[in-house]
Amino acid sequence: MFIRKPQQLTENAVTDWALYQRRREFLRGMAGVILLGAGWPGRAAVATSPRPADDPPNSWEDITSYNNFYEFGTGKGDPARNARTLQTSPWDVVVDGECTRPGKYPLEDLLKGMAIEERIYRLRCVEGWSMVIPWQGFELGRLLKRFEPTSRAKYVRFETLLDPKQMPAQQGDVLDWPYVEGLRMDEAMHPLTLLATGLYDKTLPNQNGAPLRLVVPWKYGFKSLKSIARISFVTEEPETTWNRLSPEEYGFYSNVNPEVPHPRWSQARERRIGEFSKRKTLMFNGYADQVASLYAGMDLSLYF
Amino acid sequence: MASSLLGRQTAGRVPAWLWLLLFCAGLLPFLHGLLGVWLHWLGANPVEAVTRASGDWALRFLLLTLLMSSLRRRLGWRLGVRLRRMLGLYAFFYAVVHVLLYLWLDQFFDWVAIGEDILERPFILAGLLAFLALLPLALTSTRTMMRRLGPRWKALHRLVYAAGLLAVLHFWWMKESKSDVSEPLLYAVLLGLLLLERLVARGHPAD
Repeated sequence: MFIRKPQQLTENAVTDWALYQRRREFLRGMAGVILLGAGWPGRAAVATSPRPADDPPNSWEDITSYNNFYEFGTGKGDPARNARTLQTSPWDVVVDGECTRPGKYPLEDLLKGMAIEERIYRLRCVEGWSMVIPWQGFELGRLLKRFEPTSRAKYVRFETLLDPKQMPAQQGDVLDWPYVEGLRMDEAMHPLTLLATGLYDKTLPNQNGAPLRLVVPWKYGFKSLKSIARISFVTEEPETTWNRLSPEEYGFYSNVNPEVPHPRWSQARERRIGEFSKRKTLMFNGYADQVASLYAGMDLSLYF
Repeated sequence: MASSLLGRQTAGRVPAWLWLLLFCAGLLPFLHGLLGVWLHWLGANPVEAVTRASGDWALRFLLLTLLMSSLRRRLGWRLGVRLRRMLGLYAFFYAVVHVLLYLWLDQFFDWVAIGEDILERPFILAGLLAFLALLPLALTSTRTMMRRLGPRWKALHRLVYAAGLLAVLHFWWMKESKSDVSEPLLYAVLLGLLLLERLVARGHPAD
């Protein structure tokens, strides 16, 4: 769709792309493997789930040029332009709070023994647009277990890197830096919750939250915090950036919900990037079969 | 004073080349959007891009329209006032494009949803009111209407201030949710300066 210099690509891009193309054909035949509302392995696919054919992945170009990453500017094109200054190697993640193995872990140690898999997820932005993104990553829960959270750990709090030299917009005060997000423990341990390290078959580009980024596909995109520098096990619901800024607009849960409008716009429909007309937004972004039980008995218009 | 400004027949006729130049320049944002959609210049979300751009240009032309009489008062430049109608009509033109894009590509002419949107969301209401304020101004922009309305024409066209304030408010409330009001703030400051200049001018009726 877009003809531009493939400057983001590595020198092995051509081979990688061919591989990718072949893998897509393979995956198309293995619908059950594709985690697009069809259930993760071990769960039965549900007939009402959207077929993968309805959700072809967005192009690399779209996914890497249209981003919300306020640390590099508030415009959608700013992150792709400005994120070059981010140094993703070496990278440490501080783990602290209610766990028996806190510490400052180099990224390589965290990735050790983690089999990287592809997960094709819908991403629904709270602003009313959506994409389908083929992530590379691993389940967050598998990593969290390694730190042996105690029974007092009820929530997980995440922080993006704080370094105004690498993230120039942190010199301004558009948001309260560092960016903070949080999940309830059961949400964090849910098999759909991913830590992404790559996109298509490439390393995660800086503008998409390199080197390590949270992906929670049933929540609005701003919950999927980028460039993780700190993971804390906490006892209370953490104060999160957008919720603190405007609690009536951005709830702590922020599950995708077509029935609860944002005060300034409806959430009933969304514009899939690359499409002309709007789609109906699906409850929990189409992952209701997998995650609705997490919120059984909760008034979702209250805990939005 | 007012009557001498209205007719192009009086002193300081706009040169044809200037008129044509401005007319073509005013069309450039429209052509940019049109070609951009066609040739994929506008990034991943072209609908958002053209919706934003049309709103931006409506507001910019509105401020340019207001600037012209300030330039006459402050710098004695009278030609600008004669270009005012075209600038104002361009503001209206881009406002129409903006509204049409909203009705079509945002709401797909779902009138129930549009009604709800207007009633429930102050920023949509502010935008609609800004547009409704511009509508009679565009309709009465002909020389015939000027003559027919006489002194009431000038009173009616003070609605342009309401349109400007509502348009800035509309933009502000939209951007506020994204925690970045730097752009609407710039327009608010420019509009504020233009209004302030008028307040000062009222103290000097000789302008």
